[in-house]
Amino acid sequence: MIRIVDYGVGNIQAFLTMFKRLGIEALRARSADELADAERLILPGVGAFDHAMQMLNESHMRPALESAVLDRKVPVLGVCVGMQMLAAGSDEGVLPGLNWVPGRVHAFAAHPQAAQLPMPHMGWNDVKPVPGHPLFAGFEPQPRFYFLHSYYFECEQPQHVAAKAHYGLDFDCMVSNGHIHGVQCHPEKSHSFGAQLLKNFALA
Amino acid sequence: MLRPRIIPCLLVHKGGLVKTRAFKDPKYVGDPINAVKIFNEKEADELTVLDIDARVNGAEPNYALIAKLAAECRMPLCYGGGITTAEQAARIIDLGVEKVSISAAAVANPALLTRIAAAIGRQSVVAVLDVRKRTGLFEKGYELCTHNASRVQKADPIEFAQVIEQAGAGEIVVNSVDRDGQMTGYDLELAERIRRAVRVPLTVLGGAGSLDDMARLIERCGVVGAAAGSLFVFKGPYRAVLINYPTDAQKTALFRQAGILPGPR
Repeated sequence: MIRIVDYGVGNIQAFLTMFKRLGIEALRARSADELADAERLILPGVGAFDHAMQMLNESHMRPALESAVLDRKVPVLGVCVGMQMLAAGSDEGVLPGLNWVPGRVHAFAAHPQAAQLPMPHMGWNDVKPVPGHPLFAGFEPQPRFYFLHSYYFECEQPQHVAAKAHYGLDFDCMVSNGHIHGVQCHPEKSHSFGAQLLKNFALA
Repeated sequence: MLRPRIIPCLLVHKGGLVKTRAFKDPKYVGDPINAVKIFNEKEADELTVLDIDARVNGAEPNYALIAKLAAECRMPLCYGGGITTAEQAARIIDLGVEKVSISAAAVANPALLTRIAAAIGRQSVVAVLDVRKRTGLFEKGYELCTHNASRVQKADPIEFAQVIEQAGAGEIVVNSVDRDGQMTGYDLELAERIRRAVRVPLTVLGGAGSLDDMARLIERCGVVGAAAGSLFVFKGPYRAVLINYPTDAQKTALFRQAGILPGPR
């Protein structure tokens, strides 16, 4: 089954609601034990990067999470700040990230092409997937997702980019490193596009 | 590219959904959960639900209702009404709401926004400013109101928008009191003045009577949120209750009309 990692940050209920509607079994995981049966993992996250990392570090779930993802190769999907946590670190904070997808998180405000735009990047934006990516199987050519963030992921290696979006600059809005995926937007709140993406992740 | 957001704004009063005119005369228009289900089907960009009793009555937010709304809502949800502490805001976010909106409590104490932003992240903090055009013989400009426009504040609304942006608001909703429920168009001058004054995303509420009104707002102010109550709950000149929302094709046409998307106008 799918386990939503509930380390005290992020909208767990929205994922449970979406998977229930899709007829896919999903439960929240609040302890290392509850991660043991996971066949898929969702790592949510909102707010500040350091706060999310600190909450995960203090949740007593991090070793079990790392063992599931790195040893058992359980597919994981980081969402919003949960995606940013996959990086080595973020310009928003000082704590190290999980470092599962080589890259770093930067501020739009520090980029000359985005500095003058309204911040946060809020609303529905076009997402341009890498052709043939399994998370986008069965998608219309121009999917749109809901974004709400001020920092963006930059992959070190282009092969880890799964999709790009544009806000002042083209940024890596979805990343994939083998079975480890991250999406900056909110698939749990992106209507049919989000439902399709979560379904693809659950069934791929 | 980033699209403007077309946002239904629902008002909750005594557990039911209502629509007001100039913040008065609430008319019952239906059940909140049922309305959320309809907007799910219509794939609305975002949804705002404001409890207009909570603050005035000094009551706690209605967590049971919020939980039901959040569980049903498949689009980003903003909830407002009665939030006066960071703990309340965090509890509401934990129920599955994306954004909380703060109105009178932020006007009384902008530092509250700083505390809420620290607790839930700035991107989830929405400040709502109820603004009324001054209409006296020698009066010009706008005034800031609270408590369903029953009180007038000293602060200038445009300057105050900057104050709350500094304090930690991640989005500002400007709600035109005198246009509420009139369906005669947004107060474009007010919207443009606030747009120029702040850098956070702006949503404009009050006065939309047609998609053309939304196109005019977006043409003038760029990528903003265009929110409406009456437009999405009433149909026709007799204000028959019928929940409605533009289709994807209608929205695309609207954005072309406003010059935001390329293509024939």
